[in-house]
Amino acid sequence: MIGSLASIGAGIAVLGAGIGVGYIGGKAMEGIARQPEATGDIRTNMLIMAALIEGAALIAIILSIFLANQVPA
Amino acid sequence: MQRFKKRNNTRQQQNWMRNFLIILLLAFYGSMSAQGHDDHSGHNHDHSTHDHNHDHAAHAKGDHAKDDHAGHGCGHHEYAECTKGWKYDPAGTAMHHIADANAWHVVGNIYIPLPCILYAKGHGFSFFLSNKFDYSGNHGTGKKAVDRYILNHGQVMRITEDDFPMGVQDVCVVKDLDGHVTVNHHGKTYHAENKIVWDGGVIGGGGTSFYDFSISKNILTLLLAFFFLVFVFRKVAKGYATYEKQPPQGFWQRIIEPIFIFMRDDVCKPVIGPKYEKFMPFIMSLFFFILFLNLIGQVPFIGNPNVTGNIAFTMVLALFTLIVTTINGNKNYWAHVFWMPGVPAAVKLILTPIEVLGVFLKPLTLFVRLFANITAGHIVILSFVGLIFIFGDIGYCEWGIGRAGGSAIGMVMAVALTVFMSAIELLVAFLQAFIFAILSASYIGAAVEEGDHH
Repeated sequence: MIGSLASIGAGIAVLGAGIGVGYIGGKAMEGIARQPEATGDIRTNMLIMAALIEGAALIAIILSIFLANQVPA
Repeated sequence: MQRFKKRNNTRQQQNWMRNFLIILLLAFYGSMSAQGHDDHSGHNHDHSTHDHNHDHAAHAKGDHAKDDHAGHGCGHHEYAECTKGWKYDPAGTAMHHIADANAWHVVGNIYIPLPCILYAKGHGFSFFLSNKFDYSGNHGTGKKAVDRYILNHGQVMRITEDDFPMGVQDVCVVKDLDGHVTVNHHGKTYHAENKIVWDGGVIGGGGTSFYDFSISKNILTLLLAFFFLVFVFRKVAKGYATYEKQPPQGFWQRIIEPIFIFMRDDVCKPVIGPKYEKFMPFIMSLFFFILFLNLIGQVPFIGNPNVTGNIAFTMVLALFTLIVTTINGNKNYWAHVFWMPGVPAAVKLILTPIEVLGVFLKPLTLFVRLFANITAGHIVILSFVGLIFIFGDIGYCEWGIGRAGGSAIGMVMAVALTVFMSAIELLVAFLQAFIFAILSASYIGAAVEEGDHH
């Protein structure tokens, strides 16, 4: 039961991160299209931002994995 | 013109030959996995253990307790009947393969024994090579107990009962469905301590009654990485001393220079600011260390040590970042953490706890990100390889074409998907090393920034 709930939680966390990272990627593409000379800067910042969002989702996923795999004492 | 065309032709032929060889190698790899699956039908194989025990739990609970014939009788697992569900356990196999181990599994039945250095209160130190556990042909589960220690799926565990005899003993190690490990010895059942190694015992698993200082697979890989990087960077440094003000010479210098220049000019300089030179060694060590360990985890046939997918290891790296940030944080930085200038006092009461928490949350996300990305990549690749065995079961049980036939169908999918995923993982290996370095740099940059605002 806990395992199934944890899996659903991981899925929801991925959904949130997907929306966030997708938004960043889309905006970065817009920015690059508007100002191709700033591609390098935009890419670096895009990666940092994506990594920060990913971090929040990953914590949720890892907690889900731990919950799903916990060994009953 | 003629000559040029000829050369071009030869090159095309070479390319074609190389691609052919790569495909051949992959097919060979896949078929060997399938072969190994068939060969193990008569032996104890970890892929079978879970379902097998499930059958026993349901039908004959006392069977294992009676079964004191250690070694052969213990390790004899028949293929589960098709009606009792699939035999192969993809999740268990993936977890087994991403975990640290005390024996280096190369391929097939070839293991490199690693030294075990164990300390238990009341007993003292035990030194021995892990092949004393006699895990051969048993997929990393030992058929012998040494000084009350046992080897379960490549990991050392300790038997909790005090009356278990010391020295080398024949045992039968059984893992039940709940993850409890029991040990049968001369008709008596003993219990092993719960220990989860793949998360480093940080969450769940708890502490153990013994200390494990073993040179495990991950530790050996760390040492390898250390010596390799020292070798490469000494060579590169010597090259710069010899060929001063000249273009880079030699293999290593040419590989390292562009990466190094990129990291310096695009990461350290803009992110840390004018004091970047002081932190260059730290950021570069982080980057190249993580990069090498990520990449060595991708190499097949050498046991895929999953070092950066070990949460204890990434935690230590993030701890270094925390220490460097804390030590180098100037007045400005701490002011922004504890008592922000230019913010109303009521808001400060809310913001200060968040900022203090943030000091620790930043390294937390740093290590969880690296750990999760690399672990997820390994799990996905292992799951794709597991398709071979899943299809083998389906082919045997449903389609009536035997395990080999099903495995062959699964292999076609598994090879394509694994190649695709490995390519992505190669990108992730670079990206995660880069992100760890650039985020560490930005945390340090925030700590050393001189304030000239408000």
